[in-house]
Amino acid sequence: MHRRSVLKQLALTTALAALCGVPAAQAADTVKVGVLHSLSGTMAISETVLKDVALMTFDEINASGGVMGKKIEAVVVDPASNWPLFAEKARQLISQDKVAAVFGCWTSVSRKSVLPVFEELNGLLFYPVQYEGEELSKNVFYTGAAPNQQAIPAVEYLMSKDGGGAKRFVLLGTDYVYPRTTNKILRAFLHSKGIDDKDIDEKYTPFGHSDYQTIVADIKKFSGGGKTAVISTINGDSNVPFYKELGNQGLKATDVPVVAFSVGEEELRGVDTKPLVGHLAAWNYFMSVKNPENDAFKKKWAAYAKAKKLPGADKPLTNDPMEATYVGIHMWKQAVEKAKSFDTDKVIVAMGGQTFKSPDGFVMTMDSKNHHLHKPVMIGEVKADGQFNVVWKTSAPIRAQPWSPFIPGNEKKKDGPDAM
Amino acid sequence: MVLTRCSNGTGRAASRERCAARVLRGAFAFAFLLWFGTAIAIAPETVRDLAGDDGDARDKAIATLVASGDPRALPLLEAWRNGNARRDASGRVLLVDGDATVDASTGAAVAPAPPDLDELTLTNRVRRELDSAINALRLSSPDVGVRLAAAKALSGEADGVALPAIKAALVKETDSGIRASLMLTSASIELATGDKDTRLAAVRTLAESDHEATRTLLQGLLTKQGDKFVEPDDGIRAEAAKSLRVVESRLARGDVVARVFSGLSLGSVLLLAALGLAITYGLMGVINMAHGELMMIGAYATYIVQGVFRTYAPGAFDFYLVVAVPVAFVVSGVVGMALERTVIRHLYGRPLETLLATWGLSLILIQAVRTVFGAQNVQVENPSWMAGGVEVMTGIVLPWSRIVIALFAGAVVLAIWLVLTRTRLGLFVRSVTQNRSMAGALGVPTARVDMLAFGLGSGLAGLAGCALSQIGNVGPDLGQSYIVDSFMVVVLGGVGQLAGTVTAALGLGIVNKFLEAWSGAVLAKIAVLVFIILFIQKRPQGLFAFKGRTVEA
Repeated sequence: MHRRSVLKQLALTTALAALCGVPAAQAADTVKVGVLHSLSGTMAISETVLKDVALMTFDEINASGGVMGKKIEAVVVDPASNWPLFAEKARQLISQDKVAAVFGCWTSVSRKSVLPVFEELNGLLFYPVQYEGEELSKNVFYTGAAPNQQAIPAVEYLMSKDGGGAKRFVLLGTDYVYPRTTNKILRAFLHSKGIDDKDIDEKYTPFGHSDYQTIVADIKKFSGGGKTAVISTINGDSNVPFYKELGNQGLKATDVPVVAFSVGEEELRGVDTKPLVGHLAAWNYFMSVKNPENDAFKKKWAAYAKAKKLPGADKPLTNDPMEATYVGIHMWKQAVEKAKSFDTDKVIVAMGGQTFKSPDGFVMTMDSKNHHLHKPVMIGEVKADGQFNVVWKTSAPIRAQPWSPFIPGNEKKKDGPDAM
Repeated sequence: MVLTRCSNGTGRAASRERCAARVLRGAFAFAFLLWFGTAIAIAPETVRDLAGDDGDARDKAIATLVASGDPRALPLLEAWRNGNARRDASGRVLLVDGDATVDASTGAAVAPAPPDLDELTLTNRVRRELDSAINALRLSSPDVGVRLAAAKALSGEADGVALPAIKAALVKETDSGIRASLMLTSASIELATGDKDTRLAAVRTLAESDHEATRTLLQGLLTKQGDKFVEPDDGIRAEAAKSLRVVESRLARGDVVARVFSGLSLGSVLLLAALGLAITYGLMGVINMAHGELMMIGAYATYIVQGVFRTYAPGAFDFYLVVAVPVAFVVSGVVGMALERTVIRHLYGRPLETLLATWGLSLILIQAVRTVFGAQNVQVENPSWMAGGVEVMTGIVLPWSRIVIALFAGAVVLAIWLVLTRTRLGLFVRSVTQNRSMAGALGVPTARVDMLAFGLGSGLAGLAGCALSQIGNVGPDLGQSYIVDSFMVVVLGGVGQLAGTVTAALGLGIVNKFLEAWSGAVLAKIAVLVFIILFIQKRPQGLFAFKGRTVEA
């Protein structure tokens, strides 16, 4: 199907080129900002709302005077869940559209694809999704969680008495860099906790996989050997058939809890969650968190979704990567105003130490060195209405460790992009 | 073989459960009244621990409650499990049922309900404890069905907490099915704790088990810790090894059943996807790259029918598929015929041009759907009778949706075979594909037959789309993930052969599933492709070769 995708890209590029020709006569009091999220293909289920929440945040900032008096003008592109296309689109955003910053990417494979472009052209990327770490770039700010802010605490919880005291683990993921690296870290972590390889079952499925019969049956079988928990790093729309199969085969959370790292409120939208009550997700924010900032955030989003007639506006949902996008855009605005410039290098310097009162109820701080946010960790159980009930959380935000100590050789790596 | 309907809590099953729960609750409310006045309240420290945040104290309080034999225990625990237990500021536990609020410890009605009630903690850990406790209490229910369900549920968890209740129930229990289930559970608990004779009896009893956990339990006895066996007695170890062999062979049989079923299920999906192509490509020789998109259109037609039912006839929602199936067939069929009339008929006999043209058509269709419905997946909800599954053996659940689709595929094959062999249209189609000019000379309207045959193939693609919407995602790209598989099946089966298509689809499904168990999903897919490439090298005509003299005009 290679030729087909080439043709598709061609069609898209032509369409975009036509679009981009129009705003050539842009006013001087605007600043262009790129939004690089898949609006079609397997990742559209997760990424489309991130585009929308970015546009909402731009509107909000524009309504209160813009950034340094300039209105934000969004340039939205669709890389269509096609990893090489991400790089092309990124190049186009930076060199043609001359955007001041780009907010985008979900999968690590897309981020790896655009990374050389951002470094070569000295662009600025805000990446809003939890990921596997093992990366630090001067040109990227990571507003999602590193493994020690999500994966490790989640596994510790599963091993605790409250989490069910799991002794065996199924590591189930989509076959690409994020699940493979995360599982490498988790395997080393489990070894350090005295869990043998025979009690770890690592499985991968392709992107867009839809037949989970065998996998769910195998999980059941594996769980016969002792208290088992499943750690799911399945990404994209495969989650819908996976959770449907879990429900249909009656694998209950009280027997074998499934904790997911890439499933939030939005991914569960199309799924009947009643059979899934008690399965878990680990994030740094849940829609059900109660605090004034979150109430305001949810209200803003509901109003925006309704005004723009977005799909699903009848049941507006917020989730962790949306919150991370929102925080990222605001921090960028603050940094620009502190630097009094849109220049990439100046903004990067100004980003360190930025704080923002975030909807998760904590003041988030951008680390002065490692380009990651200090975030609280929360573990939630799925409720019958598709929301999450927070059953465990850290009392304060914790600092990210992009270089996980569970991967050998990382202890020598410096905790800042300058060292690279 | 025990057939139990695993409800996922929606629709009729749920309302039945709710109804049963209401009856039960009514009965217990009556019991409350009897108790009220004579009974003392549940001990305040137990209530405090139940409502508290200390997990260990909570577990202990639940155990105390179960051991107390208090008739208020079960309704309290059940209400808690269903999320209807609250605590107020003073630490009282209240049970909420609609508008009525009852103090759990005294059974007295509380009116008006105090404001600001917190839900009692309900996490997986609490649910596990509650399930265990509730099932232990239900073992003394007067209803055989309830007792059996409780006994079955207990066999899964088997920790020491429920043992006294199980032992007590075994003394009174008369129903043989329930007894057998309880014996197994108590045996697996006693294996670790009992004396030599109990252990020996337990090991023998466990040979009857079909639980995966039993295998682990028995294997555990046979392993060495340091230089000593976990089970010190030689005789018991020998028995354990014997029981283990029995259990293992039973489990292995179950495993094969499950794999064959999931293979057949995958095969039936492949079959549905490939059937339409077997007509348009197999019989007519049109390389239709837009076949997948016709499936996608069928899936979207299902989505629209579902939406119409949800808006105008929510009561009949469970039956929307009855309408969706013909609608999907007709819509895809009409689109297919339109494509044939406008584009494809001009390209008969020119396979390369057809390939390019239909590929272009597929892009146009994808973009059209994207423009109309948006790029994101749309949600097609299963009717409630397709949720859940049927448990054929312990741990092996066949989901209803898969069973229905396998049956549907069978019905479609039968219908197609009847159309091709028993109707005038079928006769015409076969005659045109065998010898177009001769058929034309004999008065067969070949152009019309082409159109109808292409419409039939497209309609079948629509049916496949309707079926796929029930198990997978519906989005504009739906067709692309199936087009390769469809061609694979038709080519492997042998072009122009219905029987070949059926064999190839089911065969590929089963091979894929057995390979998946052995090598993982990613490698299985690759292995199947490599196998087909090698097979086609050796036998280009596919599994079933078309015999006889074919003259293509």
